[in-house]
Amino acid sequence: MSNDILISARDLSVHFPLRGGLFGPKQVVRAVEGVSLDIEKGRFFGLVGESGSGKTTLGKALLKAAPITRGTVTYDDGEMRHELTEITAKGLKDYRSRSQLIFQDPYAALSPRMTVRDIIAEPLEVMGLTASREETDERVREIAAKCRLNLEHLRRFPHAFSGGQRQRISIARALVSNPRFVVADESVAALDVSIQADVLNLLKEIQQEMGLTFLFVSHDLSVVAHVCDHVAVMYLGRLVETAPTRELFAAPRHPYTKALLSAIPSLDPDDRGKAQKLEGEIPSPTNQPPGCKFQTRCPFAIDICRRDEPKLEHSSTGHEVACHRWKELMDDRSLQTA
Amino acid sequence: MTRLLDVENLTLQFDTDEGRITAVDNVSFARDAGQVMGLVGESGSGKSVTAKSLMKLNPSNAVYGPQTRITLHLDDGPVDVMALKSSKEMQVVRGGAISMIFQEPMASFAPAISIGDQMVEQLEIHTGMGPKRAREISIEMLDRVGISDASTRFKQYVFELSGGMRQRAMIAMALSTNPKLLIADEPTTALDVTIQAQVIDLMKDLVTDFGMGIVFITHDLGVIAQTADTVAVMYLGRLVEQGSVREVIRTSAHPYTNGLIAALPRLDDLDTPLTPIPGDIPSPLERPPGCVFNNRCPVSLGQRCIAEVPQFSPVTGTHQAACHLIDERAAAK
Repeated sequence: MSNDILISARDLSVHFPLRGGLFGPKQVVRAVEGVSLDIEKGRFFGLVGESGSGKTTLGKALLKAAPITRGTVTYDDGEMRHELTEITAKGLKDYRSRSQLIFQDPYAALSPRMTVRDIIAEPLEVMGLTASREETDERVREIAAKCRLNLEHLRRFPHAFSGGQRQRISIARALVSNPRFVVADESVAALDVSIQADVLNLLKEIQQEMGLTFLFVSHDLSVVAHVCDHVAVMYLGRLVETAPTRELFAAPRHPYTKALLSAIPSLDPDDRGKAQKLEGEIPSPTNQPPGCKFQTRCPFAIDICRRDEPKLEHSSTGHEVACHRWKELMDDRSLQTA
Repeated sequence: MTRLLDVENLTLQFDTDEGRITAVDNVSFARDAGQVMGLVGESGSGKSVTAKSLMKLNPSNAVYGPQTRITLHLDDGPVDVMALKSSKEMQVVRGGAISMIFQEPMASFAPAISIGDQMVEQLEIHTGMGPKRAREISIEMLDRVGISDASTRFKQYVFELSGGMRQRAMIAMALSTNPKLLIADEPTTALDVTIQAQVIDLMKDLVTDFGMGIVFITHDLGVIAQTADTVAVMYLGRLVEQGSVREVIRTSAHPYTNGLIAALPRLDDLDTPLTPIPGDIPSPLERPPGCVFNNRCPVSLGQRCIAEVPQFSPVTGTHQAACHLIDERAAAK
């Protein structure tokens, strides 16, 4: 494994058992299935997919906040190395300070009974990272300034803040322990467009300044296109395509990625109805189709797709795709408009 | 085209514990039949309450301004919506001439009554159909909106349907009474993009088939560009710009609309950095005086924008914006 890789997952699966009916069979939700991916240091790595694709669960599994059923996750920042499946309680404590999560809803993520200062200081106090109250205060002020919160703000309670400001408080709390790896789960989805741009710019700025590695989980492809430098697309718990952002948006290979891109409503009123429309909806993760998971909605599915599950194949530098027919679809122009 | 709706000087305030807050401030617009009007704005802009006012569907602490006039032009003559008092009288508009679909279809259907029973019930109330005919029409509508095996779905409950199916069923129910106007309040926001594309297509087809007018409320300018004929942009309870969809999106005139478009991440342009609108949307309790956008406006003229409420000035024939800058530019010429 190269030294530049911060997080590496191999054949990672997360299954949640469902309690079956009294006499019914036990069911299992296969939220994430056989995912292998490497996230390089300093990357702004995007993870996209629709609801039920397992993107949030994968993000949590990489933080060891979801039970890993199978496979391995290795974290290595040069100073410390953790195997998440074999991690000890002590190791986990260390890993918690090195990895953090920013939530979607800034209204639910902050305790209404704590001042902003206490909210941001809590990780430091819980993890015992600072020796004195003065040191804690200094760290809080420092990170608050980076997130464009002033001293006046620190004394107030969250209810006094707007959505954008609250999200900046959540970001400050996540970054105060000086983590190396941050998972941002739909962190701008609840914000208005005019505010969203501000938070995205802030995340990008901080990432560059602090040399962080971000996993940016989102359903919004336009947002991902603007902030991420590498993107992985998920469908029903599998990675279907991963590529550098520009490559993915310029030359998507998987039929699902193509459909997803063309489904984004264009801002051009004269560009109506050209989109490749997908039929049907994402299948339930308890009752998955055989073969390729996308075959039920794929306009190009043939027998092999219904039988064998495709593996990720190398397409070009850093670009991998899990489709039996990607080469054919790329070479044969007649299939592209089918 | 025939006129369907006139809204004049709509002002709406809410009595709350913190005082009376203004949600909609002197909004006027008119709609023709068979048109899709996009109503765009961010949270707190008053777009939903404006649409709900068309059938007086706001909660009981709502206070309408004395100048407010809403007129619906129906086949049997105009209806003055503000003059309707009892819920019996209101049935002319609610569910009769106007139907509404909401953002969250899970919350809009009763969970313990089958979808079919709910569809039949509203048809019986609003059209006086018998149960047998109502059942036929309902199944036909479910089929029309692309729900496979409609007669089975008719007997199912809302939790048995997926998100996209629920929204389709909602649309079927709203259209079965053959309304003149459909209010769609963020109908695709809770849906995934691939499903959103399906629902938008369906709605476009239905406009062509049924010829009703639609007020399409959304915060997503992309969705508006794909569906609407005309657009009205709201900010903090005021209408700041309106015009045809091409005019407003391509040559937006109000600094707020410009800001919204610049803040939008666009796939066709990955190099331009995102430009946020500075500051936050003020709370409705602290509405700025003069132009409501003056404290975030990058091109504010200062004193005039704080002192004076801007009125609509024409940009082109059908395109108007409420901004002092447009008058000043016109005066300078």
